[in-house]
Amino acid sequence: MTYLDIGISILLMFVGILIITSKDIIRSIIYFSALSMLAALAYVLMQAPDVALTEIVIGSGLITFLFLFTYKKMKKVGENK
Amino acid sequence: MKKILALILLLSLAFFAYQYINQDLIAPYGQAKIDQSVSSSYVTQSVKENPGFIEYGKSENLELGAANAVTNIVLGYRALDTLGEVTVLFISAIGVSIIINTNAGLFKRSRSGFILRVGAKMTLPIILVVAVFVITHGHLTPGGGFQGGAMIAAGMLLMALSDPDFLPSIKNFKILEGISGTAIVLVGLIGFATTGYFLSNFMNTGQIGHIFSAGTLPILYVFIGLKVGSELTNIITDIVGKEATLD
Amino acid sequence: MINIASIFLILIGIYGILTTQHIIKMIIGLNVFEVGLNLFIISIGFNSEGIVPILNESNKISDFVDPLPQAIVLTSIVIGFGLTAIALLVARNIHNKYGTYNINELGGKIHE
Repeated sequence: MTYLDIGISILLMFVGILIITSKDIIRSIIYFSALSMLAALAYVLMQAPDVALTEIVIGSGLITFLFLFTYKKMKKVGENK
Repeated sequence: MKKILALILLLSLAFFAYQYINQDLIAPYGQAKIDQSVSSSYVTQSVKENPGFIEYGKSENLELGAANAVTNIVLGYRALDTLGEVTVLFISAIGVSIIINTNAGLFKRSRSGFILRVGAKMTLPIILVVAVFVITHGHLTPGGGFQGGAMIAAGMLLMALSDPDFLPSIKNFKILEGISGTAIVLVGLIGFATTGYFLSNFMNTGQIGHIFSAGTLPILYVFIGLKVGSELTNIITDIVGKEATLD
Repeated sequence: MINIASIFLILIGIYGILTTQHIIKMIIGLNVFEVGLNLFIISIGFNSEGIVPILNESNKISDFVDPLPQAIVLTSIVIGFGLTAIALLVARNIHNKYGTYNINELGGKIHE
């Protein structure tokens, strides 16, 4: 068990607790993007590069965009513009 | 009250997980041996007959012949699971286009800044070239159809967010999705007609490590990459094009 | 140690779904659950002296890690994306109809 293994595990648990116990929704979404990048680093440490590529592109790229696009408010044309 | 009950449920689940890890059902962390599991015959490509010692650049006409062991499993020994996964993505793309609440036509978007417009146009060819490289070299390096298809969808998303006139000009992705899905099943049926097994490798797999090796595996990956890329692009353009703008 | 972190993430995801009242936070908890599950599946096939399972001029087949869990997780990540897309669209439709994301304020007219 190297030091990098233990460090990544502690960071994963810490960011997981931060996601659940934060009051703002935008903060939870950004912390989730960071969790996905840490998981991709853990995949590389466990000698699995195919899975790391897929997790980065889908987890940090497309899913974060879906969450942000659903949550932000909308305004119609002509309301107070 | 709800939090205390949830904590009690979690502690009992953690207790069961601890008991499960301490038995001999799974090996301790970092000590898995593949000599006793089914992967030993997948890695040495000896499911039907044993080819002996496999050497890079010299062994010819193996069972599947790809240098990447994960590609061998995803498209050769467990190809029916991949076909099922492509079907599940297809169902979710249809579901997105049915559920979405169309308020189109009433919402306008303001013009984006200079850096986003010019930068997106300069970065899009680089993203597409990397995606094509990753799809076609799936049997030699890490990569394959799923990774390349998701990269194509990310490039289309970048252009859709920076230019509001880009979306009505890419209507052909729906036709491309249907053609690629039909092509995957056709390759499987040709394998069924010649050797008697659906989705089998019926071509001559050349030298291991060469770029034109592994029979039908790169052909299947190209079709899967096109299908996954066009499905994810359809999901993204349905959500961006028909909902209202960000603010 | 990564298998302990992955089981912890699974339990945190379940706790997040049970104790929140905002629909978007429930879907974030479901995604945390899926990240933990995929990490646990790959940590089953890990060998400390193993190498990446791709054949090269200078490595032998007997040193590979197990490639079968990696093929399973590849499918699981993409299916998780499809599920999240449909769940978020249903949440958006609820917001368009009732005007709120809180599950305690939906359907107030049924009681009368």
